[in-house]
Amino acid sequence: MALNQTQLLSKMVIGDGHGESSPYFDGWKAYDENPFHPTHNPNGVIQMGLAENQLTSDLVEDWILRNPEASICTPEGIYDFRAIANFQDYHGLPEFRNAVAKFMARTRGNRVTFDPDRIVMSGGATGAHEVTTFCLADPGDAFLVPIPYYPGFDRDLRWRTGVQLIPVMCDSSNNFKLTKQALEEAYKKGKEDNTRVKGLLITNPSNPLGTVMDRNTLRMVVSFINEKRIHLVCDEIYAATVFSHPGFISIAEILEEDTDIEGDRNLVHIVYSLSKDMGFPGFRVGIIYSYNDAVVHCARKMSSFGLVSTQTQHLLASMLNDDEFVERFLAESAKRVGQRFRVFTGGLAKLGIKCLQSNAGLFVWMDLRHLVKKPTLESEMELWKVIIHEVKINVSPGSSFHCTEPGWFRVCYANMDDMAVQIALQRIRTFVVQNKDVMVPNKKHCWHSNLRLSLKTRRFDEVMMSPHSPIPQSPLVKATI
Amino acid sequence: MRLLSTKATCNSHGQDSEYFLGWQEYEKNPYDEVLNPKGIIQMGLAENQLSFDLLESWLAKNPDVAGFKSDGKSIFRELALFQDYHGLPSFKKALVDFMAEIRGNKATFDPNHIVLTAGATSANETLMFCLAEQGEAFLLPTPYYPGFDRDLKWRTGVEIVSIQCTSSNNFQITEPALQQAYQDAKKRNLRVKGVLVTNPSNPLGTTMSRSELNLLIDFIKDKDMHLISDEIYSGTVYNSPGFVSVMEILNERSDLNDCGTGASVWDRVHVVYSLSKDLGLPGFRVGAIYSENDVVVSAATKMSSFGLVSSQTQYLLSAMLGDKKFTKNYISENQKRLKRRQRNLASGLHKAGISCLKTSNAGLFCWVDMRHLLHSNTFEAEMELWKKILYEVRLNISPGSSCHCTEPGWFRMCFANMSEDTLNLAMKRLNTFVQESNHHGCTKKRVQSSASSRRKSLSNWVFRLSSRDHRDQEER
Repeated sequence: MALNQTQLLSKMVIGDGHGESSPYFDGWKAYDENPFHPTHNPNGVIQMGLAENQLTSDLVEDWILRNPEASICTPEGIYDFRAIANFQDYHGLPEFRNAVAKFMARTRGNRVTFDPDRIVMSGGATGAHEVTTFCLADPGDAFLVPIPYYPGFDRDLRWRTGVQLIPVMCDSSNNFKLTKQALEEAYKKGKEDNTRVKGLLITNPSNPLGTVMDRNTLRMVVSFINEKRIHLVCDEIYAATVFSHPGFISIAEILEEDTDIEGDRNLVHIVYSLSKDMGFPGFRVGIIYSYNDAVVHCARKMSSFGLVSTQTQHLLASMLNDDEFVERFLAESAKRVGQRFRVFTGGLAKLGIKCLQSNAGLFVWMDLRHLVKKPTLESEMELWKVIIHEVKINVSPGSSFHCTEPGWFRVCYANMDDMAVQIALQRIRTFVVQNKDVMVPNKKHCWHSNLRLSLKTRRFDEVMMSPHSPIPQSPLVKATI
Repeated sequence: MRLLSTKATCNSHGQDSEYFLGWQEYEKNPYDEVLNPKGIIQMGLAENQLSFDLLESWLAKNPDVAGFKSDGKSIFRELALFQDYHGLPSFKKALVDFMAEIRGNKATFDPNHIVLTAGATSANETLMFCLAEQGEAFLLPTPYYPGFDRDLKWRTGVEIVSIQCTSSNNFQITEPALQQAYQDAKKRNLRVKGVLVTNPSNPLGTTMSRSELNLLIDFIKDKDMHLISDEIYSGTVYNSPGFVSVMEILNERSDLNDCGTGASVWDRVHVVYSLSKDLGLPGFRVGAIYSENDVVVSAATKMSSFGLVSSQTQYLLSAMLGDKKFTKNYISENQKRLKRRQRNLASGLHKAGISCLKTSNAGLFCWVDMRHLLHSNTFEAEMELWKKILYEVRLNISPGSSCHCTEPGWFRMCFANMSEDTLNLAMKRLNTFVQESNHHGCTKKRVQSSASSRRKSLSNWVFRLSSRDHRDQEER
């Protein structure tokens, strides 16, 4: 019997549940092929589609140099090598869990404390979301997710779990704030489709909006999930990137302080990671913090599929237990993110480009609705191609975040140095000035024939094998050791 | 509405198995030479603690790596930001070279076909997600590593059907056993997507023979299914006949070059590897899938997002494994130490009248025959013996039933996760236990007890002196 790949492999492999057909990743290809470099390629594409925090690596590097005993490879730390290398307990190193619990409390101004025994490791927040979903929902069940949301959720919550996502409508009429009405409508839709809604996922601070949820909204959310008896998963991965008022309120604070709300703690779970706040996504430190004992136990068993390397646990246990360093780091990090935000948004404002008012995250939610020909997805895509190929900046189109209003773009500003930011602003300035009347392509310019990207093909190519990771090429990929 | 998922509330994670009870007891009362000399000695954990000094001495000689430096320049920032699921190219290259070296370069691997995962645990699960649907099955020879029940089945919904192997031929896989397993699956209405073997075998501690490997290739070729070879112990082979990887067999077979109209066998054979056993680094979570099937590599790479290897660890190991002088010396020295240690265990057991599987030549453990110590040829008797060994002898070993062995009385005993002194003590304790059992057997009459007055006593160990007539069974 002859077999082709479709019969040979699982449906999971043949389909595109991995989510990489999304335009979120397409812009990166343009960057990959022509990456900006100040001296080697000054006309290349500037990457503003990657939400990385590169503003504080000097602080961390400095700490590592001054604390050689934190590494198990140095003469000062090698005594711990074998014990650490041999340790595979999925509870994780106790000192690591304690340090993470302390750090999480610190990033919330010590207004709440976290129990180290409720901390479960995972392979980054990516792994944390998948594990949490596996624990809370069965195939066919659904989670409500306010739009716009991080495109990775389509993969993390759905691909291997078989769970669905139901969007909760948010729009610019109220600055994309989450409302009870929108939640009720989304929940109702689930019911009408005969889908069992198991939970609500919120990201606070929000990606891509860069905003924090106010107390009333959080209270409303807690009441809602209790009323419907569904779970609440709060992704707080950007907790420490809040740089100004109104400040960050964690769901943990609502649980601790707002005891007037009748609620069941067993429904609340926090997903966290050190990738954004500390700026080391490469170390794969994801955390699930659940108030539900059964979920902690189940997630812990599942964490076998994505534990944090003990080498990394050991290093970070030391680092995050250094109270003086952590306090200084958090203050300095917020300061630098805030500074960068002000420089970038200030530059944009001078060009008449507005962003959603925000105070967190590593990006802005840029309003270019006045520049799209028509309020349609196609127009947004056209404008996006112009930004990539003419302005030579990779930004992420709002549609890739499932935003229903065309013309919004997420633009990252913390993954580059000051000079690159100025160059990016300069390019935008040049473009705005030159193309005041001709902001979108028309037939005369024949954009499509010049495009290296063929968006349509990539979007509908079901068996696409991306030759590149969605992550842009690191210099380490070219380096040889 | 049920609050949690089915996966969260079932026990497919396998941790309610007795296999883990032993560990719990150990945790409560762990042996320590100084602090707790009467504690339980852990012999249920397949770790390699014999060669850390070699790794440490390499680290001492290579300070740059420790300081996140390359050619004296700091690369901390790049490493901290590196989350490309394709993995660090220098690490993948070093890893495939290491894998080839272990196989005497009789098989080589293309770094573009390797997928890095968070340990072999993740590698095996990921392959299941790629190759099978919920409700489909993989055939596994028994006895097998208990963790497979979780890794292959829990979140994937895939089933395991056993290929029954017996001591009659040292637990080798036979054609009738394969066919029988296939039929068993059919009877259960399960579509079989492939076979998964561990070579060298856990818990047997033996390498697969060429004929077994060829038999497997013939089987999957004929049935159009996959073969996964978990080669996590490939670097622990210390005796002849030596390790033969499935990749070597594929290279040798000329009948596989004709692809025909179906998927070539090359597209259906996948290797799983890890550094947890060969290098003794389970904490670092370094696993790998190797496949010539591009679609599998692509999908598994995307899935590895859920459990990437820390870039810090990739960098350290790329430097270490890239040092060919080091790896050559490590592989041979590690094997020497394992051989010596296994001999200690085997001779200690021999003094107690206990034998290991005679084909033992690999792994961090021995498959030990204690059938003669059972008071009946049943799994209840095996559990009784196991508990005695746990609570009275104070050794945690793994009962064969936890590995799905079909014959009671076999146990897996690990020898590489302790010092030589501790191993000697363990053997002494076991010897004392067996001698005492024999002594009781000599002086006490055969116990005729009714079900109500039956008590667990050492007199049941009369087995040793009487012929093996299972008379005791009538007393149950």
